[in-house]
This record gives sequence, structure tokens and C-alpha cells, in this order.
Amino acid sequence: MLKKTVLNAAHRAMNARMVDFGGWDMPVNYGSQIEEHNAVRNNCGMFDVSHMCPVDVVGPDCRAFLSRLVANDVAKLQISGKALYAAMLNDAGGVIDDLIIYFLTDTRFRIVVNAGTAEKDLAWMQGKVAEWKMDVTITQRRDGVNNLGIIAVQGPNARTKVWEVLPQTKAATEGLKAFFAAEVDQYFIASTGYTGEDGYEIMLPAGEAEALWNALHKAGVAPCGLGARDTLRLEAGMNLYGQDMDETVSPLDAGLAWTVAMKDDRDFVGKSALTAAGQQKQFLGLILLDKGVLRGHQQVITKQGNGEITSGSFSPTLQQSIALARLPLGVAIGDEVEVDIRGKLLKAKVVKPVFARNGKSVI
Amino acid sequence: MSNAPANLKYTASHEWMLLNADGSVTVGITDHAQEALGDLVFVELPEVGAHFEAEKEIAVVESVKAAADVYAPLSGTVSEVNQAAVDAPESVNQDSYAAWLFKLTPDNAGDLDKMLDAAAYQAIAD
Repeated sequence: MLKKTVLNAAHRAMNARMVDFGGWDMPVNYGSQIEEHNAVRNNCGMFDVSHMCPVDVVGPDCRAFLSRLVANDVAKLQISGKALYAAMLNDAGGVIDDLIIYFLTDTRFRIVVNAGTAEKDLAWMQGKVAEWKMDVTITQRRDGVNNLGIIAVQGPNARTKVWEVLPQTKAATEGLKAFFAAEVDQYFIASTGYTGEDGYEIMLPAGEAEALWNALHKAGVAPCGLGARDTLRLEAGMNLYGQDMDETVSPLDAGLAWTVAMKDDRDFVGKSALTAAGQQKQFLGLILLDKGVLRGHQQVITKQGNGEITSGSFSPTLQQSIALARLPLGVAIGDEVEVDIRGKLLKAKVVKPVFARNGKSVI
Repeated sequence: MSNAPANLKYTASHEWMLLNADGSVTVGITDHAQEALGDLVFVELPEVGAHFEAEKEIAVVESVKAAADVYAPLSGTVSEVNQAAVDAPESVNQDSYAAWLFKLTPDNAGDLDKMLDAAAYQAIAD
């Protein structure tokens, strides 16, 4: 039995093509994935991401708890509402999940974790609370009473559209810089996203999500499926858990070194393993020079040895195929490499792992 | 329900076939297949003159979402390919029965009679 978000009926009413996404019945597109992708780059689109799991971390020890739990340093969170992208590691330094932590007060943080990893994440967090004997309560907000829906509204016109539909939130959100959140009545509105565009991710009581979804649609916001979400995040060079990294991959080998705060003497789970292993691979972008489509698990042949594509697709913005790849150390940006696609060796160029942001190619 | 014209023959792997006056068979993918794949961005076709056994991979169609093999519906030799589909893969989404992929000269002309008719294909596809 597939799990359904609170917006399931709304997707079906909009003729979505539904797929099994990690046990969730989710819309992959509502017609054309490329049109949805372009709507977000050029105007405004919305995604149901209610399958992701908000987790409230409450109690006097919550900052100390998070400081040990994740590889990024919550000491960076000093202004209420500020958000931090972080990896939660196991003892071997592998990535249990990547998540966003919002700082609300000294006794209240909110984390949003991936859909498919939510149960194991919660069990891991609960285990650490007990092990470290901390005064912290962990409460998931996806299922059951007090559950939340999440709608991501993304694109250059996203903020204007949200204010049109929720005018009462404008004053609190118009000054939000990137990666902040504001709470207005029942709405938790964050200037975060997974597309490389401006916009908001809105958490609200699940029972109100369908009304907001339909109001945004009426205001001209295009419903977008997980297909477009994937090509948008790929163009933006954002990692996808389970594809670009997992429990067997170090964040240093997945392009996430910028999220690992190693320098000071703060200890966190996985730190000693990361220090011992160091960086073994580089995480870089590829642009296919020949015709074809790069896909996950294709082999990349370089002068320094073989690497592997972790995510690949066709980029609607660049009109050519792009990929994220784990490559041997020593491969340099600008190098030409070969990719094995069904036995043929096709030429690709190594680039920085960011392809498009704010409506435009950055290559 | 997706569209499957009655004058064509079909395979369970979502290819359609049209018998031409010269005995060759035009092959493409069905409306159901293009809809399931989503926006096509790449089409790779066989070499003219190449011979394929039935049910062997003969072409590739890729959407933003996934790559899919196209299978030779019957054994035969490639007599022509549709370069227009390679140049504009989206034409297959627009009308998958107009945007054919390749033509085969069958080894056995009678093989086409064994293929699914539109009603039998619809029963599988929908």
C-alpha cells in the first residue's frame, strides 16, 4: 500500500502521472516535465513535498545535541529563523541523511529530513538522545496528529505569488534573505528550496494544504512533479540522497566538504573517520559533448582512472545532457573524459558541479 | 485510454508496425509508450542494412526521465531510418504514429500476422 500525502486527490484532479517514489504515491509530472522545469526557471512552479518529514527538536539541550549530531556546526545559527544545510553521519563517516536545520529559539529547532530516510533518521536521533543522556524531545510532524503539509513554491515570481495568496505573510517574509524561515500564524515559511531559484517552502497544518495548493494554482502557479524537481536540482548542482551519496559515501567524496565543519575542536559523529580517511574522490560536473543522455551508474574513463556518474539527465536549460560524477583525484575542471553509454565511449567535459541558477546557464 | 489506430499491428513491448506496399514494415513506439516515458530528448536508430533478430534491441529512446530500448518486432533488415525523429525527438511525443523510427524488410512476410491487433494491444497497455 503506497503512502499518500494530503495533496494526493488534488494531484489526481490535475491529471498528474503518479509514480511509486520510495513507497509514496507521488506526481512525476502533470503533462510535460520540461514545461514544468521551464515554468520554475522563468516564472513560478509549486511542488508537493509533504512526503518529506519535519522533525521538531525541543528542550534545553537541543543546541548541544545538534552540535554532536551533524557534521555542520549549529553554532553558525545565531539569528532566529536561520537555516543550515547539514549531513548526519554514521560512525564510519557515511551519510545517514542530508537535512536542513532551522534555528527558532534556544530550546526549539526544526529539522526537515528526506522522505525515504525518515524512519531510520528518527530512530538514530532517538538513540543518540538516550546515549548522550540529553534533555531533548524529538517529534516527527509528518504523520498522525498535528501533521504538516509542505508546499515548495519556486521561481523568479514565487514570492509575489505567495504574497498574493497569503498577504498576511508578506511583512514577515519580504525581508527574508536566502536560507531563513519566518513563522506567521500557522505558516512556517522558509526561503529555501531545491531548484536553484528564489522561492519559499511553506509548512502548514496538513488539513489546510489543499486549499493553499488550489489557491496558488488559481493565482497561476504551475503544478510541478518530482521529474522537474529532479532536473532542476541537478542543474543547480544539488545532491540527491540515495543517488549522489548514502551511508557508504563520505560527505568529502560527495561534494559536501563545504557543509563539514572540521577545523575547531567540536566533536561530532563520524568526525574521526573523516579525519582518518580524508578525501578519496572528487565530486564534479560533466557536460556531454556527443549526442546522448548521461545517467547514474555510467562509468567515466579518465587519465587518472575510472569514475562513476551518480546523477545524470538532459538539462532543459542547457539543451544538452549533464551529470554529477564521482571522479578520481587529479581530474581537473576543463578535462575531456569519456563516458561508457551502452558500450560506446562518448566525450564529455568536466565542469564545476553547478549548471544553472536563477533562470540561466552558469556554464 | 491511449490511442492505438486499428490499421496498425502491435507488440507487447509497445512498438507499432505498418505494412507498406513494397513489403517493408514501418516501426515506431506507441502513444502509450511515449506518454509513459514523458518528454523525449534523444533517439538512437540502427544502421541501414543491419540485420536484427526479433525481440533484439534495435533502437533507444530516452526521455528526461529514463532510457528505453526499442525491440525489433520481427526479424529483418533495416531499409530506412527516420532522421527527423533523431533531429526532433519531441516529434515522437507530439504524434508517435507519424514520427516513425525505422523500416524493416522482414525475413518472413508472414510474421506480421502473428502480431497483436489494436484491441489486443489496448487490453495490455491500459
